[in-house]
Amino acid sequence: MIAALIICISVLTLLQFFVSYCHSVIAESRGCELSAQAWEVSGIADRMVRGDEFKRLLQLTALCPESGADRTRVRAVTVYFSLLELARMLVGWIIPAMKRWIESERGGCTYAAAVMLDRRIAYSRSLMAHQAGPPL
Amino acid sequence: MLGPIDYELWLLTILMEVAGLVCLFKAKAFTRHFTIPLYICSCLAVDIGRYIILSASGYDSGAYFYFYYYSEFLITIALYFVLMGMYSHAFSDMGVSKYLRGGAMLLLGGTACVSYRMVAASADRLITHFVIELSSNLYFVGVVLTYILWGAMMKLRSNRTREMQLVLSLGVYFSALAASYALESMYPGSMLWRYVSHLMTIWLPLSWAYTFLKVPEEARLATSSVVAPNPSR
Repeated sequence: MIAALIICISVLTLLQFFVSYCHSVIAESRGCELSAQAWEVSGIADRMVRGDEFKRLLQLTALCPESGADRTRVRAVTVYFSLLELARMLVGWIIPAMKRWIESERGGCTYAAAVMLDRRIAYSRSLMAHQAGPPL
Repeated sequence: MLGPIDYELWLLTILMEVAGLVCLFKAKAFTRHFTIPLYICSCLAVDIGRYIILSASGYDSGAYFYFYYYSEFLITIALYFVLMGMYSHAFSDMGVSKYLRGGAMLLLGGTACVSYRMVAASADRLITHFVIELSSNLYFVGVVLTYILWGAMMKLRSNRTREMQLVLSLGVYFSALAASYALESMYPGSMLWRYVSHLMTIWLPLSWAYTFLKVPEEARLATSSVVAPNPSR
């Protein structure tokens, strides 16, 4: 009985700590405003970020040259998104409230991917400007 | 009997612990978080010791059994000190470190007493039973203490990103291990808890290494953005 209670409490706290930890890792991206150009390039319709667009945005991000600074963050967001996908498959259809929460989290991951894409576009532009050299 | 996966996880654990130490050194956080290198060094020593005993005596030997649980007990105590260090940081502005230390020692003593009461009835190998019981109880006490600390950090609106991540990763570690110990006591034959334990000993130095490497000391983050769900955009 006590062991079962400990398992329940520990699993609940584990979920809460883990989700908060993931939020703290990707929080910086979640708080940024996307530039108009990024909205246009990412092709997100009516500025509504949906979880289904995460993989497409990640592919676009992979096409841009990486600065090295955001590589770990991209991986962290991808891992978190994969865990959400797993949770959606396992429990999403049993508990509707959980499904809504998972969808909202997936949207957050997509937004974080869009912010990374925005940064990479800015980085590749600065690279190009640097290579072109000063104007004559 | 240990399989190749166990050995690979073991090696990975040692590598992660070394990486954690290196990142801590690079971030120049040895003195500020002195309990963390203390804990990682004791983990390294224990991992090497376990390997030596395993090679000499084998997995099913009494020597390995005793060393495993006694070293686990020492590591849990070391981790308890890491948690107390985090309490001191969280409440550093309030000047209550002395009371915190006293409270932590009282709690440790109380947990030891409760664990002793739980195993006092069994006559054989009392100390070993006591050590195992105390370790699992301390993990659960760790969950509760980390939860209280996290709640206090939210209440105090602490915005230090590095400390936030250190506390959260510790919470994940304590929760997973408390659950796996409880699972082991319910289903003693299950192998799941062994892998959870392996994965968590990788998780802790890995997450700390990430924090010390990627999050500067001066980084700030609102706790509300960590706890609250995504704003609809």
